[in-house]
Amino acid sequence: MTARTNKTGKASTTASALADPVREASEPSSLLARFGSERALTMDCGAVLDQWQIAYQTYGVLNAARSNAVLVCHALTGDQHVANRNPVTGKPGWWEVLIGPGKPIDTEQVFVICSNVVGGCLGSTGPASVNPMTGKAYGLDFPLLTIRDMVRAQAHLIDHLGIDSLFAVIGGSMGGMQVLQWASSYPERVFAAMPLATGARHSAQNIAFHEVGRQAVMADPDWRGGRYLDGNTRPAKGLSVARMGAHITYLSEAALHRKFGRNLQDREARTFSFDADFQVESYLRHQGSSFVERFDANCYLYLTRAMDYFDLAADHGGSLARAFAGSKTRFCVASFTSDWLFPTPDSRAIVHALNASGASVSFVELESDKGHDAFLLDEPQLFATLRGFIGSAARARGLYGSGTGGRP
Amino acid sequence: MSDVRIDLSLIADMVEKGSRVLDVGCGDGELLALLAARRNVDARGIELSREGVAGCVARGLSVIQGDADTDLGDYPDDAFDYVILSQTIQATRAPRLVLENMLRIGRRAIVSFPNFGHWSIRAQIALRGQMPVTGQLPDSWYDTPNIHFCTIRDFVQLCDKIGAVTERAVALNAAGSDIGVKAPWWFWNLFGQQAVFLLKRSV
Repeated sequence: MTARTNKTGKASTTASALADPVREASEPSSLLARFGSERALTMDCGAVLDQWQIAYQTYGVLNAARSNAVLVCHALTGDQHVANRNPVTGKPGWWEVLIGPGKPIDTEQVFVICSNVVGGCLGSTGPASVNPMTGKAYGLDFPLLTIRDMVRAQAHLIDHLGIDSLFAVIGGSMGGMQVLQWASSYPERVFAAMPLATGARHSAQNIAFHEVGRQAVMADPDWRGGRYLDGNTRPAKGLSVARMGAHITYLSEAALHRKFGRNLQDREARTFSFDADFQVESYLRHQGSSFVERFDANCYLYLTRAMDYFDLAADHGGSLARAFAGSKTRFCVASFTSDWLFPTPDSRAIVHALNASGASVSFVELESDKGHDAFLLDEPQLFATLRGFIGSAARARGLYGSGTGGRP
Repeated sequence: MSDVRIDLSLIADMVEKGSRVLDVGCGDGELLALLAARRNVDARGIELSREGVAGCVARGLSVIQGDADTDLGDYPDDAFDYVILSQTIQATRAPRLVLENMLRIGRRAIVSFPNFGHWSIRAQIALRGQMPVTGQLPDSWYDTPNIHFCTIRDFVQLCDKIGAVTERAVALNAAGSDIGVKAPWWFWNLFGQQAVFLLKRSV
């Protein structure tokens, strides 16, 4: 097991060149923890990875007591670059509105860790990584993985960093699933948990959307049964269509209407063709094509599958309350009114189970017309709630010194 | 803590130290914060308004956004030592069901409510022929959230009907002082501006 310091790291944020995503899959511009057989990753499907790695970023300083670590779990197409320029896209970190100096997750007070999930394509071992047995990308030889496998891998990373218990675990959507799994698998290691815009299981409708996306990828002849990297092709059309479909589910009818309405794209009138006449079509096409440039198609298949398989209650004899039995963790659950991917009843089911298990839980449904993606956006109500929750949890944990702290 | 509302202070005195408490309709968390500070309770709350929940969470209280009418059914039996409904029962759609749920999920229930039998309210209806508007109940009939007013006598009847046993009852007059326990019910019902009941199940 070795840890490598960040080669490009902060200095690279000024560089204009974008990193090659294929290279990032095995040689990421991130901190890297490599594990061998002494820290093999045993997966739910029965497979064991005895040479694997996890790519991660950190922000802020771990205190002497090692008690101020916050683990951020990313969503389906997110990555570890939560609060720095993304080396592949050149864009700001995906949650910079929430994380940074003076922000609700204040990196002057807490030590933030964000890792690429196992199965991902930005440096943690996954389908796009080189299989040490063959010297080629794993592709479909990679074992099918679960949310619990992702969390097991993160627990290895936290051990590796010498952290016994996390101050907080936070994430939205698939990240929220990981938060719930953390709280259930390692209750004594999680002081506070913030599962946002998520559910304790994937609904039939969500599995259905994912299946459409996967079929789009697999229908692309360039997918080549998953071995496209060998032939240096990419199933760009299929993955792009998958992304277009999925992207609609992240928004809301109101948000699409407000943004685009029926406006035409750079033209005065309909063209009577299948061109992208409407702005919304042009927008979706752009979302699809830019996604293909940064994301691996096989990883998309694996990660969507992991979400589909997630059903925390099923792992506990059908009782979600049992998944949190005896939990001392304090929870803050939030949903958004216009989120139809993980609607409020999904969050209420979590809250119901936490109440039934006697856990400490706060819950708020936030008003927003921005759909599922609202958790990633500048939502003052969300920030106010998280600031309050984190501040009071920090005081309970004895963080933020002896002052009032927490910038309530 | 000297400026604490008298009814909240009274409720706090009814709660045993270190117990588990659910405050239904907890507002901005004033009572829960008082109970946490004064009685060292494990304080939980349910509140309808987003602003209220956000304020409570910022105070470090565990509060969920929800509704007494719909969400109490989700809690398991005997989940709490006390379930409190402070100045809220008159705003619920199904007060009887709410009270039954409170007695199911809590070993004790504490209910405080404005007494619609108070003489000043009776006088407004009797003499002016209008729905009463008082300092304690300032809303007009058309914009009040209070849809199920009751008198102390009505409330006692409901308790009898659902098999709730009154362990302690206090009526407060307009000046906020306790009407002595020796006073008869009719006196309470006429001069009590608000009442606080500590209830338990009969079996």
